[in-house]
Amino acid sequence: MTDVNLVTPAIPVPDVIEGRSLWQDAWRRLLRNRAALASLIILGVIAFLSIFGPYALAWSYDQIDWDHVEAVPPSLALKHYLGTDSVGRDLLARTLFGGRVSLTVGLLATGVALFIGVTVGAVSGYLGGKVDQVLMRFVDLMYSVPLTFFVIILMVLFGRNFILMFLAIGSVEWLTMARIVRGQTLTLKHREFMEAARASGGSTVSILLRHVVPNVLGVVIVYVTLTIPQVILLESFLSFLGLGVQEPMTSWGVLINEGAAELEITPRTLIVPAIFMTATLFCFNFLGDGLRDALDPKDR
Amino acid sequence: MTAPLLQAPLLQVRDLKVHFPVKTGGLLIGRYQPLHAVDGVSFDLAPGETLGIVGESGCGKSTLGRAVLQLLPATSGAVIWLGQEMTGLSAKEIKAARENMQIVFQDPLASLDPRMTAGDIIAEPLRNYHPELSRAETARRVAELMEQVGLLPGMINRYPHEFSGGQCQRIGIARAMILKPKLVICDEPVSALDVSVRAQVINLLKDLQKAFGLAMLFISHDLAVVRHISDRVLVLYLGKVMELAPRDLLYQAPRHPYTRALMSAVPIPDPALERAKPRIILTGDLPSPLNPPSGCVFRTRCPKATDICAQVEPVRESPAPGHDVWCHHSRD
Repeated sequence: MTDVNLVTPAIPVPDVIEGRSLWQDAWRRLLRNRAALASLIILGVIAFLSIFGPYALAWSYDQIDWDHVEAVPPSLALKHYLGTDSVGRDLLARTLFGGRVSLTVGLLATGVALFIGVTVGAVSGYLGGKVDQVLMRFVDLMYSVPLTFFVIILMVLFGRNFILMFLAIGSVEWLTMARIVRGQTLTLKHREFMEAARASGGSTVSILLRHVVPNVLGVVIVYVTLTIPQVILLESFLSFLGLGVQEPMTSWGVLINEGAAELEITPRTLIVPAIFMTATLFCFNFLGDGLRDALDPKDR
Repeated sequence: MTAPLLQAPLLQVRDLKVHFPVKTGGLLIGRYQPLHAVDGVSFDLAPGETLGIVGESGCGKSTLGRAVLQLLPATSGAVIWLGQEMTGLSAKEIKAARENMQIVFQDPLASLDPRMTAGDIIAEPLRNYHPELSRAETARRVAELMEQVGLLPGMINRYPHEFSGGQCQRIGIARAMILKPKLVICDEPVSALDVSVRAQVINLLKDLQKAFGLAMLFISHDLAVVRHISDRVLVLYLGKVMELAPRDLLYQAPRHPYTRALMSAVPIPDPALERAKPRIILTGDLPSPLNPPSGCVFRTRCPKATDICAQVEPVRESPAPGHDVWCHHSRD
């Protein structure tokens, strides 16, 4: 970059200014947003605890304390730091392990939905015509298939499988995403800068990646932060039906379901997983808001 | 200044027609009628020449510019670029041809992607056509051009909304110039700008034209601006050419009644002269391009219209070399 000085010897260029991309700018602005930064850190801690926490605990998530096959209140002596559930399994171990399942399902299913939804929506909106018709009618078709029915068919075809679950959820959640992105793309398509992009020799793919996607991201991110909690809850619903994770495996959704049933006897079986889940969802929302603001150059 | 028509033309437009299908009724199955946006336009453009295109709103000026660039498909006719017919080329071939023909848009802010920095916007054509260039080389060329269009190199990381209208248009101009094209189509580049900034941008365009030796199609409804920048001027009305002449001839001795009406509407910066000058005020509105008038399209508003104007479409007459006019009464 130093050769800029050679080109303009007459005007001294004080510092050669390095070009920054939207992403670099966005990252910097995100880190400057306190709520988003705090959320990022809390999410990191929760994820770290979920991944490594279970190894550090004395009790594992599926281990029954045979000396106390009942709800044990929190006790340091027994190393049940947050007590046990009604059959004597360590609540903290189960909550942390459930976090693994819930976070994985939430992130992966949303990732699948994000990827397919943005691709289909942007292509459909940008190309229009027959492609648009075919893709959107396919979306209509998929909307009309009931989720449980769809999941049962997948289970029958491929057997019960953890990976299948987030594929199944993702394949349903992308529909709305595709609709939203398509609508946004349609409004973008007739803006003058899109014509400018075509005039300056951009191919369809480069226009989609360089102009359409960055401009729809604001809306997409808001929708993603709404989708993650939805997916985590959907997982607990599927598990409840016996289509998701199975005992002794667990997830936040399942724990909350069980805890709600025992609310009157041992409220902490509901409160502990609920705190983890609520904190996570809060953080995703703040992070999403922060990301949306960071990606909008007008907002700084 | 006479047009340098002796050289081989850079661009030849022959009987170019652009019609848009417009839905005009019908419930389930729409009935479509063609809207004649550009209806049989022909002209040549020599290298380094500026052709002004004037006409009132809705006469097809912008459509003509976009059709030349193949941003809009032509319904019929030919756009011949450097001897090569452009209509009907594949997307790849059009992309290759566009390296030498760029466009500057009317709305400076709307033509820039709000999520891209000025540096990225200017570099975009370079990235599309020369992906092999290193980042440093791209950055060097962007910085060089930014200086040429009067932007500070420190502005590369700013976003379009942080610039004024004039600066945005400079970015748009830099983007159009970075490939060193042979032709730049300026689609009303200054009509959205402040009067004070207009002259700067116009002079910038003239300077760049001189520096790069490029030809321009300068689309505008501002006759004073067109007079300042053009070598020849083409007057468009309802998608058809009314008059095409070297600039001075057109401004001093317009032959077409429409051109005369336009000229008489240009204010003279002298109150006494302005009050004294005869004004031709056209009555009525621009007819619908959905069903243009028969014969001469201007006859519905023409002060000189006679029976023949409604029946026969005027053919080209050349009262002087290089001066073409399409009117039955141009010799009156």
